[in-house]
Amino acid sequence: MAGIVTWQFRHLLAIGTPLLILIAAYLFYFVDQTVATSMCANAWFFAVPLVLGALTGVIGERSGVVNIGIEGQMLTAAFASFFTAAATKSLVAGVAAGILAGVAMGAFLAWTTVTARMDQIIAGVAINIVATGITSFFYKSGAQLPVNMPQWNVPVLSKIPLIGETFFQTGPIALFALLIAPVLHFAMFRTRWGLRTRAIGEYPSAADTAGINVNRMRFVNVVLAGILAGAAGTYLSMEATSSFSRGMTAGRGFLALAIMIFGAWRPLRVVAAALFFGFANALASQLQGVVDIPQQFVTLLPYVLTLAVLAIAAGRVRAPAAEGVPFIKGEGQ
Amino acid sequence: MTQAESRPEAARGRPPSTEERVLELQGLSKSYGAVHANSDITLHIGRGEIVALLGENGAGKSTLVKQIFGLTRPDAGRIVIKGDSTPIKDPKDAIRRGIGMVHQHFQLVPVMTVAENLILGHEPVRGGIRLDLAAARMMVRELSEKHGLAVDPDARIEDLPVGAQQRVEILKALSHRVDLLILDEPTAVLTPQETDELLGVLSELAAAGTAIVFITHKLREVLAVADRVYVLRRGRVVGTVPTDETDAARLATMMVGHDVILRVDKKPSTPGKAVLSVRDLVVRDNRRLTAVDGFSIEVRAGEIVGIAGVEGNGQRELVEAIAGMRSPLSGTVRLGDRDITRFNAADTNAAGVGHIPEDRERHGIVASYSIADNLVLNCFDSEPYSRHWIRNISAIREHAIALRAEFDIRSASIDATAGSLSGGNKQKVVVAREMAARPRLLVAAQPTRGVDIGAIELIHRRIVEARDAGAAVLLVSAELDEVLSLADRVAVIHAGKVVAELPGDLVDRAEIGRLMAGERPGVPPTDHRSDGES
Amino acid sequence: MVPLVALAAAFSVGALLIRSQGVNPAYAYESLFSYALLDGSGLTATLQKVVPLVLCGLAVAIPLRLGLFNIGGQGQFMVGAIGAAAAAYALRSAPGIVTIIVTMVVGVLAGSMWASIAGLLKAARGVHEVISTIMLNSVAGGLIDWMLNGPLADEQVPYPASHAVPGSAQLPPIGVVPIGLPVAVTLAVATAWLLRRTTIGFRFETVGRNRYAASYAGISIRTTTVVAMGIAGGCAGLSGGIELVGVEPYRYQDGIAASLGFDGITIALLARGNPIGTIPAALLVAAMRAGAPHLALDTGLRPEIVDMVLAITLLFVSLPLVVKLIFRKHAAKGSQLASSWGA
Repeated sequence: MAGIVTWQFRHLLAIGTPLLILIAAYLFYFVDQTVATSMCANAWFFAVPLVLGALTGVIGERSGVVNIGIEGQMLTAAFASFFTAAATKSLVAGVAAGILAGVAMGAFLAWTTVTARMDQIIAGVAINIVATGITSFFYKSGAQLPVNMPQWNVPVLSKIPLIGETFFQTGPIALFALLIAPVLHFAMFRTRWGLRTRAIGEYPSAADTAGINVNRMRFVNVVLAGILAGAAGTYLSMEATSSFSRGMTAGRGFLALAIMIFGAWRPLRVVAAALFFGFANALASQLQGVVDIPQQFVTLLPYVLTLAVLAIAAGRVRAPAAEGVPFIKGEGQ
Repeated sequence: MTQAESRPEAARGRPPSTEERVLELQGLSKSYGAVHANSDITLHIGRGEIVALLGENGAGKSTLVKQIFGLTRPDAGRIVIKGDSTPIKDPKDAIRRGIGMVHQHFQLVPVMTVAENLILGHEPVRGGIRLDLAAARMMVRELSEKHGLAVDPDARIEDLPVGAQQRVEILKALSHRVDLLILDEPTAVLTPQETDELLGVLSELAAAGTAIVFITHKLREVLAVADRVYVLRRGRVVGTVPTDETDAARLATMMVGHDVILRVDKKPSTPGKAVLSVRDLVVRDNRRLTAVDGFSIEVRAGEIVGIAGVEGNGQRELVEAIAGMRSPLSGTVRLGDRDITRFNAADTNAAGVGHIPEDRERHGIVASYSIADNLVLNCFDSEPYSRHWIRNISAIREHAIALRAEFDIRSASIDATAGSLSGGNKQKVVVAREMAARPRLLVAAQPTRGVDIGAIELIHRRIVEARDAGAAVLLVSAELDEVLSLADRVAVIHAGKVVAELPGDLVDRAEIGRLMAGERPGVPPTDHRSDGES
Repeated sequence: MVPLVALAAAFSVGALLIRSQGVNPAYAYESLFSYALLDGSGLTATLQKVVPLVLCGLAVAIPLRLGLFNIGGQGQFMVGAIGAAAAAYALRSAPGIVTIIVTMVVGVLAGSMWASIAGLLKAARGVHEVISTIMLNSVAGGLIDWMLNGPLADEQVPYPASHAVPGSAQLPPIGVVPIGLPVAVTLAVATAWLLRRTTIGFRFETVGRNRYAASYAGISIRTTTVVAMGIAGGCAGLSGGIELVGVEPYRYQDGIAASLGFDGITIALLARGNPIGTIPAALLVAAMRAGAPHLALDTGLRPEIVDMVLAITLLFVSLPLVVKLIFRKHAAKGSQLASSWGA
């Protein structure tokens, strides 16, 4: 009996909360069209790299690999995409280079943690430091993108007030982030790949005895997740700003981890969590014009929010049971 | 211990097995470092035959079946399956060649449903991508009907009681075409009644032609169901014998190498005042479910009280609550006149409670510490082992040298790491440390699990000596024989409650078995399974 | 042995990078180290940098004993330094000795408190210390930026900076030896003693090697976590205070913390978690940091080459073989650094 009640409550919450937010947003839209539109757009603008970064973490941790190097993956990708695009005068080459950089860093993480069974936290921190080193050593000032990234208006959908302007009048990477989350959600919970991925992150020896090659699958997943981290970095330097500056990820890779936890390792909830961060940020920027808050405090908000969210969420959500633990054949539980 | 007469009917009515060999092992050897887990093992099993692998913990049974299932590779020798001697690459290969395995630690993903667990590795798919969970549910229902093993396909594994989890594990093995079914210690977590049910299922499978390898260290089960027994000792097959031609005493002798019957010489107890009084204790487990549910017991000075019960009926939580490692929800724990209900582990220890923990590797020792440091783990903060926060190394060493001799801890020196010791010597370190302070109350949880006979004898003797010196002892053990041979009084625990207290000299195993399954004394049997879930 | 191999490997990769820029690697390394260690002003700069590097190395090494990875040394240093700056400004008319003592105490307490936030979050809520300390670095940066542009700003200076420590409380180096050097060395030795000979160290070690056995032995993992982080933060905070009274321009300004956080990690891992080992490791890193501007002038290489070499050093030193050696004793089941985010 209790099971049924919680089931209904959970689903009510899952459907009801976004609905309520949507209604509130439209009410606000009705009151002040410009402010509502810019706030929503700002929120999504802020959320895009967090969604992509957090999904990188979701894939890794669902497979049992903690990825604390997302920050470094993103930074390297931001760097590689921007300078490749500037050098080749091709946006496509830039995006490809960014994604490749994310994948390469992912492959490095996979090699150290899965193949070499190095401590996953140390490996991630090392990746972050190396990324800082590479991007500052090879940095050159004065490079520019040949043109800005295109802004796409999705037919029909972009005409919807508020939602259209927020989600469907954006660049290609933002659109990709919007699409990949539900796709990944489906893949995680409704496909063979997802079932196996969850199994190797929860109880690898069970997967192993069922004939699944745990370490190969972990390796491949971490590498593939690099695509998303690469896209996140590329978004920062090419789509969001059209420039690269040193350390421009500014801790977003870590915010993404908090969002992953807040989103309970579920892709769709991750989007909601990232939007929550985005709205908080947009609201603070908006308030700055009304009340006298020092600029620094607005910049600080995401970091403080991360700490608060982790403090609240950490005890309530359950991480994949086997994350962080290298799998050694024959030593399973 | 002569239960040959309780052999289930199914086992007797079975047609004789044929000569067709499903599995043959020829000279199999496997070492881990300097330890020869298996040496030169040769055995065979035919269609429809049930073969038991009997041996003590550490005799090499699990290593052997891991090789048959492709989880590790043998160093030497051949595994021949139905005449095919190609080496087994991995579990997938083993499954493909008709081997099914029921693991000692269930290989089930706790957060997934029964259906999801059953399809893992060979998932049915609709439209090329989407998991076909409807087909999976159908498969579970068909399988469970076919083999008479009831499970709900949509239940999450972690919500199921252990017996049901094992049914899932068996169904999982049977979800492929299986010619050879291997079961690794399948009865360790079952009540005697559930065990009999399982043995019935095995007999039926064998009657249908499946070859079964059944690993256990329980003689009763071997005699009840197996056709033949291979006895393993220290990695070698020391004998094989048809069950019709042997009995429990002879098997026990083969198993341990010399005539050892677990009988402890002890005088009748002369209990004094109550030392431990537990009243209406309620404790929750890690999943916040009630594990200990209104437990009361009293242990007096100079007496050993044994807790008998199937594992997972709240014993672990009870011990942790008494030892100050887990906070009870309600109820009281008193040590003499003091209320120690809310004490933490350090305060409980300081109050005079010694605790031999159930999980030696996890709680009992720090593997990378020296024996000396391990021996002061419970008193490093008190004099003479430290003064004003500064550790007194020479006092710690003297302490270690004395205990090493007293408890016959076999190691190169007191500086050897605890991790380098054998299981029995590790346990001696733990027992020595907990007894060194002459505690008023000794709580011993599974004190001889996985240790050699020599160490068992020593530990049992020390426990009895502690009792004779006036300590109160609470003994919790999954080995009924251990409880019956040591305890002056036996309390049977079921679903977190004491269901009966019996004098220690009552040795009616059948009666205790019924009590362990949750049946009230003198009340007709009820369905224990639904009972355990509430 | 292993750190030396890692260093040799990192310097070889660095040599390839230097060559790719058209400079002779041997010349470049010679230029770097001869300036940093043999030149008077170079040596002063090196020794001055050793002080915070040893202390920030300790800030990583101490929590590492119990399996905690404190990567917030940077923030703890900054908070310690700004606390010291505020204290020195408040006591600007007090006698120098009083100012110095109070400044140091405030630095220690501020850094300790800042690290304890991460310790408390870990102990009470299971928040992973790597994320919380990184976030606290950013929060410290933002708060200090606001203070330097507001309550603590020195209006006489054209850039954001705090007031300088009053002259009576400034402690310039004696010869080439900065006043903080003996403090840092003493602290490294004291830490080694603390870890090996006291019950506090025994608690740390036990938690790090087998947390289950620790709680069985009645050691509170929560308390130990907070205490270890507090001590680590105190080391970093103290170095912030020393920086303020002992290094020109005796005030808090941007870039005071440079890359101390990351260097602290490199040093702790190079030292294999051994407090005494942080001294040579810090000396090496300090020499590279101090020599970098000279190297740039001398060869035209970008000073970031040093960042690269240090990053590669960290990578090599944390590679599997090495990690296995450091953490061999930590390798007991269930005591990986990375276990889970959850409580």
